[in-house]
Amino acid sequence: MSHDHIISAKQLSRADIEEVLDRAAEVAEDPESFADRHENTLLGLLFFEPSTRTKMSFTAAVKRLGGDVVDMGTVESSSVKKGESLADTVRVVEGYADALVLRHPSEGSAQMASEFVDVPLINAGDGAGQHPTQTLLDLYTIRESAGFDDLTIGIMGDLKYGRTVHSLAHALTTVDADQHFVSPKSLQLPRSVRYDLHEEGATIREHTELEPVLPELDVLYVTRIQAERFPDESEYREVAGEYQIDTETLEAARDDLTVMHPLPRVDEIAHDIDETDHAHYFQQAHNGVPVRMALLDLMLGGDE
Amino acid sequence: MSDRELRVSKIRNGTVVDHITAGQALNVLAILDITTESGETVSVGIRVPSDRLGSKDIVKVEGRELSQDEVDVLSLIAPAATINIVRDFDVVEKHRVERPTEVVGVLSCPNRHCITTEDEPVESRFDVLDDGIRCTYCDTIVRDNIAEQIDVA
Repeated sequence: MSHDHIISAKQLSRADIEEVLDRAAEVAEDPESFADRHENTLLGLLFFEPSTRTKMSFTAAVKRLGGDVVDMGTVESSSVKKGESLADTVRVVEGYADALVLRHPSEGSAQMASEFVDVPLINAGDGAGQHPTQTLLDLYTIRESAGFDDLTIGIMGDLKYGRTVHSLAHALTTVDADQHFVSPKSLQLPRSVRYDLHEEGATIREHTELEPVLPELDVLYVTRIQAERFPDESEYREVAGEYQIDTETLEAARDDLTVMHPLPRVDEIAHDIDETDHAHYFQQAHNGVPVRMALLDLMLGGDE
Repeated sequence: MSDRELRVSKIRNGTVVDHITAGQALNVLAILDITTESGETVSVGIRVPSDRLGSKDIVKVEGRELSQDEVDVLSLIAPAATINIVRDFDVVEKHRVERPTEVVGVLSCPNRHCITTEDEPVESRFDVLDDGIRCTYCDTIVRDNIAEQIDVA
């Protein structure tokens, strides 16, 4: 892994991705052999927005490597509340930790923060921008369940503001996946993501309905449509209802369709799917630990 | 060009920005952060006849030489512009603007959730695309009306 910081899925080559996923597979196979790999390593957690999965799985990951965390805590309890800039905060915290994990509501925050620190910095979500470690665990899940060869994937929901979608779509260009994007017109991919996909020569198609494309899919990646993206509650309910799936919807799908979701879900995936073989979203969330262990191990010099 | 067509006096020391795309002179002033309050002696010609461009704008600023960052942004809205550095009434340097690969400062990102719009010690930075510019931090692409992003302090 030749990167000092992990800011965007755009920086990850196919080789980078395979390296992390291969290491993650080794971790999953034999976690014990990694247990004291990074004793005394401290990971600085700077979460300026609430997080459950990402924060807990980074914590679990570094602890399972023998290290520990130093956590800024909530914004309300920190000096950010006193008006400290992000640039100052990261410069202070880099003195306490061997690597930093940053989640921040502003797009480009991780890029900027990385310019002020010498320790490795990992973007754990910057506004509607990027979420590259989610992408790595998504790719791990896809590789385990469907494989990368001749992959056809549908990505559905909020494609405009969904940072997991932006990161994943770009990373999927490295494996030449056929990508179908399913969303209401108002939540289609932003211009910058289209631009990148076009530049990479990706095969993408956009739809407003899932039905016509569902039978072709190896993977269906569902994301949450948030009420605050709509002018009023009734419009939200009407639109969001069209992008919910249940076992009846999936009757038209292939038997081996993998259904994924970055979680948390609200009601876009009905609970009756949870017990079917299609449901991979909890396993996907669990994969966050070995994948983040692998990434930390590589970034912190696990081969030395 | 005869005196009848263009009555803009020569400057002693400063910069003449010539061959500006017609209609862009006021945006050039904005790039240079020149206002009625800022104190420079400035002459502006708008839509004056030009052999090369048909019509053009021209800006002469007394006592001021442009920074590279200002020239870079200027090139985006006035790609045919020439910069003449004048010392003691003589043009001592003359060059055309070149389209840069990136522009730093001067413009602000239109994405209000971009980190560069917050109170952080960072300048805006845009990669220059074939048909627009793109924020290096938040990836927002601006294609039309780049002049609207000129940061007026």
